[in-house]
Amino acid sequence: MNKKIIATTSLAGCFGCHMSFLDIDERILELVELVEFNKSPIDDIKVFTKMADIGIIEGGCCNSENIEVLKTFRENCKVLVSLGECAIMGGLPALRNGIPIEECLREAYLDGPTVQENKAKILPNDPELPMLLNNVYPCHEIVKIDYFLPGCAPNADLIWNALVALVTENEMDLPYEVVKFD
Amino acid sequence: MKETIRFRIDEHQITAEKGQTVVEAAKANGVYIPTLCNFEGVKPKGCCRMCTIKVNNRFMTACTTPASAGMEVESSTDELNDIRKSIVELLFVTGNHFCPSCEKSGNCELQALAYRFRMMVPRFPYQFPQKGIDASSPRIIKDQNRCILCKRCIKTIKTPDGRDYFAYRNRGTKLEVVLDEKLGNEMPDAVARQAMENCPVGSIIYKEQGFLKPIGKRKFDKKPIGSDIEV
Repeated sequence: MNKKIIATTSLAGCFGCHMSFLDIDERILELVELVEFNKSPIDDIKVFTKMADIGIIEGGCCNSENIEVLKTFRENCKVLVSLGECAIMGGLPALRNGIPIEECLREAYLDGPTVQENKAKILPNDPELPMLLNNVYPCHEIVKIDYFLPGCAPNADLIWNALVALVTENEMDLPYEVVKFD
Repeated sequence: MKETIRFRIDEHQITAEKGQTVVEAAKANGVYIPTLCNFEGVKPKGCCRMCTIKVNNRFMTACTTPASAGMEVESSTDELNDIRKSIVELLFVTGNHFCPSCEKSGNCELQALAYRFRMMVPRFPYQFPQKGIDASSPRIIKDQNRCILCKRCIKTIKTPDGRDYFAYRNRGTKLEVVLDEKLGNEMPDAVARQAMENCPVGSIIYKEQGFLKPIGKRKFDKKPIGSDIEV
């Protein structure tokens, strides 16, 4: 059987979903028999070198780079999976939604109680930095997402069951205990 | 002795006492009809529509509909469960329900209904409305982000002389449940705990103590909401 190709990324996430992915423990040995990783922080491949069968997205979209990466994933993956609360609904970064960007930046870099070293009162303005979006967006509000796996972080068994089902083209068997929002 | 009546809910034969609501009768017969704003011992309000059933091809709320002899109730059908699921989804997108950071997670009835109906993602776009938090009371935090306006706290949390701790304020989209400032300051410990318990979501949080039960031991970690009723 040809190995399915998997790509993963973390957008506005904390890498907790990727850590939870690694919580499949020794099943990772079974996984390498089933799949080959392409663009992913797991193997550090930075750009797509071929079309992937499954793209796994952690994190929502909080800046212009997230949007670009997400669109690249949509173009290069046959199936996209939103993994975790941030990808599905913005997650904790979305707590800033509704608060003007200027106010957020002021709090973080100028007026916040823990700000000590910013005497020149500089807001991050390097042209290399991606622009913040007005809101943090769930991934499915930017591109079409095919599957959603909730959790913060999603249970390793949920990731394993769903992934094996997708790879082997079987129906997902997701028991009650593994589908949780926290 | 009260008059006994018989009727059907889906394929179940239900025996009920005259005067019972459909929800009560179903529960007594081991049939779960999902509810959210309904609270045992309080006059049903029928506002959340979670218990929507179909009788004679009409939509009714099972918590306010009295059981009557021979009625044929549709409850656990694909159509009705999808309507209920869509209500849960609407509540999720019209509030700010950040389950990972909520102390009520695992014990929350809204979340439990989402689990029961297998909500992986709401079909509606998230609104992220701007709402406030009132932490002025020494005992509780009233978080409007999570409030679903079910009125359970208004109806059940009262002083011994019958005064309300909670009340509705404003109308329409600005409607919110607020805590009386003076009574909130004097709220006894037991009342504060009861208020958190009676709130179906995490809108009323008891202060200075949280996450008492570890993940895996909370109300809805292992078994879906309603599984204690279903036979």
